[in-house]
Amino acid sequence: MAEGKQLYNVGAILRGLSITFGFMFKKKPTIQYPSVRKQHAPRFHGLHELRRYEDGKERCIGCELCSSACPANAITVIGAENAPADRRSPGERYAARYEIDELRCIFCGMCEEACPTDAIVLTPRFEMSDFRRGSFVYAKDRLLVPPQGGTGAPPDERPGGIPADLGSVAEMKSTTDPATGYDATYYGAALKTERKGLTG
Amino acid sequence: MSALFWVPAVVLIASALWTITASKPVYSVVALLVNFTALAVFFLTLSAEFLAMIQLIVYSGAILVLFLFVIALLSSGVAPLSLGPNRLPRIALPAAICIAVALGLVVAGAAATHVLPVPAPAALRSAGPAGAANVFGSVQDFGRALFTTYLLPFEVTALILMVAVIGVIVLAGEETPYVATRRRAAETRKAMREAIAREGD
Amino acid sequence: MPAWIFVFIKSAILLFVVVTAFAYAMLAERKIMGWMQLRPGPNRVGPWGLMQPAADAAKLILKEDLAPRTADPLLYRLAPFISLLTAFSVYAVIPFGASPAGIWSIGNVNAGVLFLLAIMSLGVYGISLGGWASGSKYPLLGSVRSTAQMISYELSMGLSFAGVLLVAGTTSLDGIVHAQVGLWFFIPELVAFVIYVITAVAETNRAPFDLVEAETELVAGFHTEYSGLRFGLFFIAEYVNMLTISCIATLLFLGGWDAPFGWTALPGVAWFVVKVAAFMFFYMWLRATLPRIRYDRLMAFGWKVLLPVATLNVIVTAVVIAVRG
Ligand code: SF4
Ligand code: SF4
Repeated sequence: MAEGKQLYNVGAILRGLSITFGFMFKKKPTIQYPSVRKQHAPRFHGLHELRRYEDGKERCIGCELCSSACPANAITVIGAENAPADRRSPGERYAARYEIDELRCIFCGMCEEACPTDAIVLTPRFEMSDFRRGSFVYAKDRLLVPPQGGTGAPPDERPGGIPADLGSVAEMKSTTDPATGYDATYYGAALKTERKGLTG
Repeated sequence: MSALFWVPAVVLIASALWTITASKPVYSVVALLVNFTALAVFFLTLSAEFLAMIQLIVYSGAILVLFLFVIALLSSGVAPLSLGPNRLPRIALPAAICIAVALGLVVAGAAATHVLPVPAPAALRSAGPAGAANVFGSVQDFGRALFTTYLLPFEVTALILMVAVIGVIVLAGEETPYVATRRRAAETRKAMREAIAREGD
Repeated sequence: MPAWIFVFIKSAILLFVVVTAFAYAMLAERKIMGWMQLRPGPNRVGPWGLMQPAADAAKLILKEDLAPRTADPLLYRLAPFISLLTAFSVYAVIPFGASPAGIWSIGNVNAGVLFLLAIMSLGVYGISLGGWASGSKYPLLGSVRSTAQMISYELSMGLSFAGVLLVAGTTSLDGIVHAQVGLWFFIPELVAFVIYVITAVAETNRAPFDLVEAETELVAGFHTEYSGLRFGLFFIAEYVNMLTISCIATLLFLGGWDAPFGWTALPGVAWFVVKVAAFMFFYMWLRATLPRIRYDRLMAFGWKVLLPVATLNVIVTAVVIAVRG
C-alpha cells in the first residue's frame, strides 16, 4: 500500500513543482569565478611555500620531519651541511633539494605542523592547473619565497641558539582577520594585492 | 506517378530479399522495417491513407519492435547464424513452385476480371475535400466500412485475437517467484494480524 | 513554379527553424534548470550565454567519432540517422497557423494525427537499434528499456488522442484546431490531456521517465558508446521530439494557433509558438523537480493505471457524444 501512496501522491508532486518554480526567482549564490574571486579564509590549505627569515636565510634546516609526517608521501627532502662560507640557513644543515608532488598532496597541513622552524606553510593559492604531470612536482625554485620576502627575526646562531618559541604558524594565521586576508604567508599576501577589486 | 510506383517497388522487393537473406537477425528486422515503410508508401499512392498509417503504427511501430526486442535480447553477443543444414531439403523447391504458380494465378485472374478496382487517385481526390467522409481510403470511409459491411469479420477477428491473448496468459502466467514471495508475505501478515486479534498482543 | 519547389523551400526553412529552436530549447533548458537549482546556468559564451549552442555544436563536431570494436558497424552508424529522420519527418504535417492556402504547413494530410502517431512509433528504432548495435551491456539495457517503455506508453497516448478525435470528429490536424475555437480541448478532455502529458514525457524518455538513459544505473543508457557528432544527432533527435510533442499538445489540446480570449493582436503563429514554449517549459520544470521513478513502477503505472483510465476516457467520451447526438 505504501508503494501506491508514494507513486500517486499528486499533492506532493504539485508541492515539489511549486518549490522549484519559486527557486527560479531566488538570488543565486554563484560567484562568477574567473572574473570574481572569493577571498578564502586565511587558514585555507593551498599550495605550499618555503619561508625565509628577515635576513634572507632559509628557515628550512633539512630535518625531513615534514617528509616523515606527510601521510601522502608527497615530500622529498635531501639535506646537506651548510658550508661556512655560504650559509643558507641558520642551522647546521639546509635542504639541498626540497620537492613536493602536489598531485600526491592532500593539503592536510601535517607538514606545516611538523616543521620545527615554521619553514613550510600552506598558502591560499589553489590555481595550479597545468598540462603535464611532471609540472606538479614543485621544487625549491617555485616553493621558496624571494629573498626579500622573509619574515621573523633570524635566531641566534650560537650553539643551541635556535629558540623554541618562534611562534607557530597556526597562531599567526588564526590571528589574521579575514578582511586583511593572507598576511600569514608571503604568496598569500601577494595574492591579496593581486586580487584587489576582484573579490565579491 | 511511375516514379512513385517504381522506387517503392524496387525498395520493397530488395528489402524483402534482404530480410530473408540477411545473416544477422537484427538486419532482417531492419530490412523488414524498410519493407513495411515502402508498403505504406504504396498504400499512400493508392489514397489509402488510413491503411498506410495503420501499417506503420501497428506493424512497424508495435509488432516489429517486439521482434527487435526479442532478437536483441536473445542474439546479443551471438555470432551470426551459420547456414545449417536445410531442414526442408526435399519439399522446398516444389513448395516454392506451387506458391509462385498460385500467386501468378491470383495476379492473372485479377488482371483478367478487374476484380480489383484500380481507380486513378487524382480523380478520387477531386471527389471531395480532404477529410470528407466520401473520400476513398479516408478514416471515415474505412471506419464506416469496418463497422457496417464488415462488422462480423471484424468482431470475429477481435475474438480470435482475444483468444490468443488469453492463451498466452494461461500458458505464461504461472505464479512467478516474485509473485509467490509477495503472496506468502501477505499470507503471513494476515495470519499474524488474525493471531493478534485473537489473542491480544 | 511547380509545387515541389514550394514544398522544398518550405521544408528547408522549417528545418532551419526547427534546428534553431532545438538549439535554444537546449539552452533554455540548461538556463531554467540552473535557475531552479539556484545556479545562473551557462552565461560565458556571448551575452547571457546566447552563443552557447554554437559552442556546443563546434565542440561536438570536433570530437572524435568513436565506435567500440564490438559494435555492429552498419547499424551503429545508421541508428542516429534513423532517430533524426523520424524526429524531423513529423514536421511534414504539422500546421503552424491557420492554413487556408497551406502557407503554414507543408502537407495537410487527412489522417494527420495518425501520421504523427505512425512516425513517432518509428522513433523507437533509432534508440533500440543504437543501443543494440553498440555491443556493450549498458546500451543494450537502455535500448531494451526504451523499447518496452515506448510500446507501453504509446498505447495510452494513442487512446488519449482518440478522445480528442471523437470530440473533434476529424483526424486532420487542421480540422481539430478549427473544432477547438471557443473551447480548447484540454477542458472537455482533461483526462486525456493529463494522460497525454504523462505519456509524452515517457515517450520522449525525459525525466522522471528517463529510464532509458538513467545515468545512475546505466551510465548514459543507449548512447553510452556514442561520441561526437553521432551523439549530437541523438541529442538533436531528443529535443526535436520534445518540440514535436509540445506542438502536438498545442494542436490537440491547447487550441493550436487559436488566440485565447479573442486576443488577436498577435498573429496565430505567435500564439502557436507561445503555447509550444509554455509546454516546453513545463517539460523542463518537471525534469528539475521530479526524481526518476523505478522501472517496475513505470511499467505498472503504464499498464495498470494509464491504460485503463485512457480506455475508460475513450468509452465515456464516445457515450457522451452518442447521447448528445
Ligand atoms: S599538506 Fe599534508 S599531504 Fe601535503 S605535503 Fe603537507 S603533509 Fe603532505
Ligand atoms: S620544511 Fe621544516 S620539517 Fe621539513 S625539512 Fe625543512 S625544517 Fe624540516
